[in-house]
Amino acid sequence: MGLAGKDLLSMRELTVDEIRLILDTAESMKEVARRDIKKVPALRGKTLINLFYEPSTRTRTSFEIAGKWLSADVINISISSSSVAKGESLKDTGLTLQAMHPDIVVIRHPSAGAAEFLAKRLAASIINAGDGAHEHPSQALLDLFTIREKVGRLEGLKVAIIGDIAHSRVARSNIHGMQKMGMEVRVAGPRTMLPRFIERLGVEVFTSLDRAIAEVDVIMMLRLQTERQQAGLFPSLREYSRLFGLTVERLKAAQSNVLIMHPGPINRGVEIAPDVADGPYSLILNQVENGLAVRMALLYLLAGGGQTG
Amino acid sequence: MRILIKGGRVIDPANAVDEILDLLIEDGKIIRINPPTPPLQKGGTGGFDVRGTDAPETRKTKGARAEKNAEPAWSVDRVMDATGLVVCPGLIDMHVHLRQPGREDKETIASGTMAAARGGFTAVCCMPNTDPVNDTRAVTEFILDAAKREGAVQVYPVGAITKGMKGEELAEIGELFEAGCVAISDDGRPVMSAELMRRAMEYAAMFDLPVIQHSEDLHLSGRGVVHEGFVSTDLGLHGIPSASEAVMVARDILLAELTGARLHIAHVSAAESVRLIREAKTRGVRVSCEVTPHHLALTEEAVRGFHADAKMNPPLRSEADRQALLEGLRDGAIDAIATDHAPHTVQEKEQEFDQAPFGVIGLETALAVTLTTLVHPGVLTLSQAIGKLTSEPARILKLPKGRIAEGADADLTIIDPNRDWTVDPSAFASKSRNTPFAGWRLRGGAVATLVGGKVVWEALR
Repeated sequence: MGLAGKDLLSMRELTVDEIRLILDTAESMKEVARRDIKKVPALRGKTLINLFYEPSTRTRTSFEIAGKWLSADVINISISSSSVAKGESLKDTGLTLQAMHPDIVVIRHPSAGAAEFLAKRLAASIINAGDGAHEHPSQALLDLFTIREKVGRLEGLKVAIIGDIAHSRVARSNIHGMQKMGMEVRVAGPRTMLPRFIERLGVEVFTSLDRAIAEVDVIMMLRLQTERQQAGLFPSLREYSRLFGLTVERLKAAQSNVLIMHPGPINRGVEIAPDVADGPYSLILNQVENGLAVRMALLYLLAGGGQTG
Repeated sequence: MRILIKGGRVIDPANAVDEILDLLIEDGKIIRINPPTPPLQKGGTGGFDVRGTDAPETRKTKGARAEKNAEPAWSVDRVMDATGLVVCPGLIDMHVHLRQPGREDKETIASGTMAAARGGFTAVCCMPNTDPVNDTRAVTEFILDAAKREGAVQVYPVGAITKGMKGEELAEIGELFEAGCVAISDDGRPVMSAELMRRAMEYAAMFDLPVIQHSEDLHLSGRGVVHEGFVSTDLGLHGIPSASEAVMVARDILLAELTGARLHIAHVSAAESVRLIREAKTRGVRVSCEVTPHHLALTEEAVRGFHADAKMNPPLRSEADRQALLEGLRDGAIDAIATDHAPHTVQEKEQEFDQAPFGVIGLETALAVTLTTLVHPGVLTLSQAIGKLTSEPARILKLPKGRIAEGADADLTIIDPNRDWTVDPSAFASKSRNTPFAGWRLRGGAVATLVGGKVVWEALR
């Protein structure tokens, strides 16, 4: 079997079987990543365009390496947000790219819905690498992969996602993905960063870090955008850190073998203390490594791999 | 030119009329209203004698009064058979954007008023957010002149509250009033200063001009692009809370109380606002409000899929809000239905959702959406719905329109309440296509529009 859709826009639209397929495929891809010569011909002759309207190091690099290891031709296009307003419209950029016959376009964009906008207009497969505060499905898939790899299963696990839930596409994608895979999701953060009606997504909502992390198997910390302070969402880094920063001390409220995750890049000493980020239960670097395997799997499957008959 | 509209169900909410009547029109006025006559058939004409224009009776006698008792010596040039149709006062849209001067690529007075005529509207009130802003007599006169030359329907300009709609200094409201403005508003830019709003109300009260406010606390709205609710949370879009509207409604009601001025709240969208307005009315505050067909028919769910044609300000809100709007219409908390017709070009709307401009067009769908979502399901009677589109806006703006009477202007709309049709934006008279109702199956609509006794649009047979 393969993926049903042309694109990967959101975790919401993936089925449980599709998520399993991606995670299983990523396992074989991870084997490739550990070879001495990391190159397979699966995407030879295919063109992958990374279209990034926001600065990104890890996601863009991850897709680029994943594409190259699969032998695709990879082109990176970075468009600074500031030039969007005066520059070419997303529609025209999309149509221009279309004329170059790419097979897959990976897009990151500050506007929610931008990937879907492109998907409706292009024949190429679109991978949403983050659209505003909407979704970031490849991140959620690599998070699921990392947890499954470590624990051996997903079903029945409890996870707490901590931080700026309102502005987090990582949180939204993970909420959908984790719930589909039978996990129980909690969210916690300052009341100013918890969007209204979030509980309708089926999550339990906390404003206390200690209570949120008690009894969970996984703690996922989110990056704090420091400019939210100017927007009046929190008073100071100091207070944010005091209330919602994960330290060794705070971890006492959690189970002793709790796993720590963070989509990066981390603000050391703000949402996560250095000794937690670098500690024994931190999966932060595993997430980065697994990102390659998961993105190889996505590229492979969207390019038609895994289809039978 | 003498026109007989025959056999129609005449609904005139202002006079509590709902019966089969014949209307005779001449020189732009309704000159006779006659009781029902036998159905039109070959050779039979009922109370009116249908003859050619050269009939001697017509030539000899002029004027309704003189002929009042001269039946059946009437001849008419045209008979419009309204059997099975509704004849009502011409619809009045008290909130449209005609974009001229300044953005003629989106709409012009000619195209916008033709869209109005096709939608059954005989009069529209155009908001001042043109370029230049309608904050001076010169712009008002330009609009009125252009409307006289090119307009299919009556145009009533709304002047700005402040110069350039900047919210800093009062515009020359007295002169705007003299030039023909029927209300003042800074349109999409709420007057954020409570002090300035107070002064605007006091000043406008000298002319008994309603002050129309787009009620929105811009700080609370922030970067919001949709209603702050479950859908905004789900889609990761910045939300505009209901309180953003209600806070301003509350403030302005208090200012209307302070000043005794007439306040009109544009496009009410939130349950909280309806509650505040209802309560203010019971205390006798001079406040009125309007609601748009899209807020009555749609909710925040219409945004899913990031449809920019469902993006407007105030945003589509929750189902609970929609129900509160319906309730407000029923109990009179909400006075009028107005479209907030806001044309935008295709390329402007075909952008990332948060980049696309706010606003949807509504002139060519408003009546049909009202009939389909309010009248046919029994939320409002046909007469109530017509009142919200005719006599109520006329009352709020003190327009000499919105009623059917002998001697009144022959601004009339003939409605087929049961005509099934599908919304096809490419067939619109408007220059723009940004409707959230594309592809909708609607039931009912205008089949003829008469302004000053002239048929400006018709689809009869």
